[in-house]
Amino acid sequence: MSYEIIGIVVLWLFLFGYIIVASIDFGAGFFHAYSVLTNKHHIISKIVQRYLSPVWEVTNVFLVFFFVGIVGFFPSTAYYYGTILLVPASLSLILLAIRGAYYAFTTYGKLRSKFWTYLYGFSGLFIPASLSIVLTISEGGFVEENNNELSLQYATLFTSPLTWSIVILSLTSVLYISAVFLTWYANKAKDQPATDLLRKYALIWAGPAIITATGIIVELRTHNPVHFQRMLDLWWMFALSGILFIATIYLIWQKKSYGLAFFLLTGQFFIAFYAYGISHYPYLLYPYLTIDEGFTSEGMAIALITAFIAGFCLLIPSLWLLLRLFLFNKDYVEGKIK
Amino acid sequence: MESEQAVFYSRLLTELTLSFHIIYATIGVGIPFLIFLAQWLGIKKQDEHYILLARRWTRGFVITVAVGVVTGTAIGLQLNLLWPTFMELAGHVIALPLFMETFAFFFEAIFLGIYLYTWDRFRDQRKHMLLLVPVAIGASFSAVFITMVNAFMNAPQGFELMNGELINVEPLVAMFNPAMPTKVAHVVATAYMTSAFVLAAIGAFRLLKGSNHIYHKKALLLTLKVGLVFSIASAIIGDFAGKYLAEYQPEKLAAMEWHFETEEQASLTLLGFLANGEEIKFSIEVPYALSILAHGDPNAEVIGLDQFAEDEIPPLYIHYLFNIMVVIGMITMIIALFYIVGNALNRTFIRNRFFLWLIVSSGPLSMIAIEAGWWLAEVGRQPWVLRGILRTENAATTSNHVDFMLLLFIGLYLVLGLASVIVLTRMFKNNPVERELLDQQRNGG
Repeated sequence: MSYEIIGIVVLWLFLFGYIIVASIDFGAGFFHAYSVLTNKHHIISKIVQRYLSPVWEVTNVFLVFFFVGIVGFFPSTAYYYGTILLVPASLSLILLAIRGAYYAFTTYGKLRSKFWTYLYGFSGLFIPASLSIVLTISEGGFVEENNNELSLQYATLFTSPLTWSIVILSLTSVLYISAVFLTWYANKAKDQPATDLLRKYALIWAGPAIITATGIIVELRTHNPVHFQRMLDLWWMFALSGILFIATIYLIWQKKSYGLAFFLLTGQFFIAFYAYGISHYPYLLYPYLTIDEGFTSEGMAIALITAFIAGFCLLIPSLWLLLRLFLFNKDYVEGKIK
Repeated sequence: MESEQAVFYSRLLTELTLSFHIIYATIGVGIPFLIFLAQWLGIKKQDEHYILLARRWTRGFVITVAVGVVTGTAIGLQLNLLWPTFMELAGHVIALPLFMETFAFFFEAIFLGIYLYTWDRFRDQRKHMLLLVPVAIGASFSAVFITMVNAFMNAPQGFELMNGELINVEPLVAMFNPAMPTKVAHVVATAYMTSAFVLAAIGAFRLLKGSNHIYHKKALLLTLKVGLVFSIASAIIGDFAGKYLAEYQPEKLAAMEWHFETEEQASLTLLGFLANGEEIKFSIEVPYALSILAHGDPNAEVIGLDQFAEDEIPPLYIHYLFNIMVVIGMITMIIALFYIVGNALNRTFIRNRFFLWLIVSSGPLSMIAIEAGWWLAEVGRQPWVLRGILRTENAATTSNHVDFMLLLFIGLYLVLGLASVIVLTRMFKNNPVERELLDQQRNGG
């Protein structure tokens, strides 16, 4: 395998990791805010707090990994995306900043007020919406190059149905992923009312998530026929992903093996995400930048991959320790120890 | 927008984000080490006060870490958004330490999360203390890696430029550039030093506000000892940094010392201000000192600004920044020294209100020194973003909306800064140390 393929596969993995952990985080914040709004917070706020407390910083790092890594492996992305994303990425940054900081202020600083709960919960929906714009832009058609100056065509971008479908997909998947995970977590905590409520959320959001995902594939047919054709070639991956989706829903419907259900859901998103990524190949930004043109030198690639492997060997045991102490520790999950 | 304006606003926004981030980053690098010291002393001496010190510092620390995480994410992403041309070049050559910094931070974040929530999980307190080791290592190495990137901007190497193409890239050579050793050492040492003085300032403030608890006195002695050690270390490293500059960035040294003519037995200009361009007034001239600083030899020749083209020398106001940094370093060093000696000799002046106010001032003062130091480092590298290779004016974004983004981020930093101050003061005011000690006694039996 060539270095650029290794690079993009690794980066894609980080982005996938971010999508899963951040979705759980964003969704949890939203469900919490929603439960406060509807006076049901006594049911789920404990579960949400217990899960979120020790892991929130880790979530952010996945995103940082992705954008630092992509500039390392594909320096030209810094030029292309850096120039066109000034406004959307700055807005995402501000939302991320508000959300991250206020999580700490309320949890560690005991700054309790409904206003912040709402701000925290709803900003969590705006972040995936604003970040997903990057995927839309990567499909091409929204960037113009004049006299060596790149500019983003906001009017075209915000009137395109593709933009809004991807935004809606990001929202529905966030809520779906989060609900399935928290159902499992609540069930582990032997908290029946919370499990029931979250299971209901999971079933509610499953439909919209899969419908918008399918809708986007259809829209790509007109927006980016090259990409669409490559996706059709990978039909079996999308079919596999669809089967996993049905299996997840079946398990949740039957109220059994929530852990396996979440595992299958991860598989569903993993396969779909990689299928999308593979069909996007070789373009990083249609039609300006491909992964071959944008790639760094061989020396840097080897250095980055070496650093990555070394870092991974350090991180995996640490992450495992974190999960063992909090996520998979029965006494902690059930609230018997702090 | 004219591209000149885009450059101006990009510089302003980067300066703002860096200046804000560095406050939290400095504390974030230094405090884990101090928490570790306190907890270690507590376990060794079986002294509840030190344990409580570690606990309370940690509680405040997580707030600053949280803000540091988000401002750190901001600066990381903003560099790409505001300086796309520079980052494309940097990505080719110096991406390795940037990438490793993320790992170091990840490592720190994981263990900090574990440390925070496991105060009561271990029967053996030492095991809990050991969790701080990866936190402190991760924090310090974040600083090391990021400073390596900054060092590279001052002394770029490890690649060749051929017709605008980068060839023969050697990532390790780029990382271990000549600016790296002094810069990294200086950043880490001053982070420890500043964190120590900030914590000392809090202790002194509590003593001034009526508390006479031995807890605060223990905190003061510990933090000021650390402050003294690292302010001496910072000064020594600063001397080496001068020798580095004389060798590799003589224009920066000459501009910050107002050394206009190349000469032997050069004298060092302290303080003063500049009138009509090149006329220095009200300064103190220390004979031979610049030659010693630059080359360790009173007779050595020091290159002056006369050797450089007009458009390749940094703005001369960096002399003031340099002086602010050095003078504050000296003042805080003396304060710490007096306290420690006074304490050892049982003198009462260290409990004197005036002296306590001096200690309180050492916290904000050392933070000002950090800011001045970074402005000196950044402005002193101008007109280059990558010395000798890429000019700042050619590296900025061509986007039209930087001014609006600047306003947005000013708002964000105002909110974050104010909120973190409010949250921190409320947190410790509502739960003073006396009450917490009483609670512990009640619960403990």
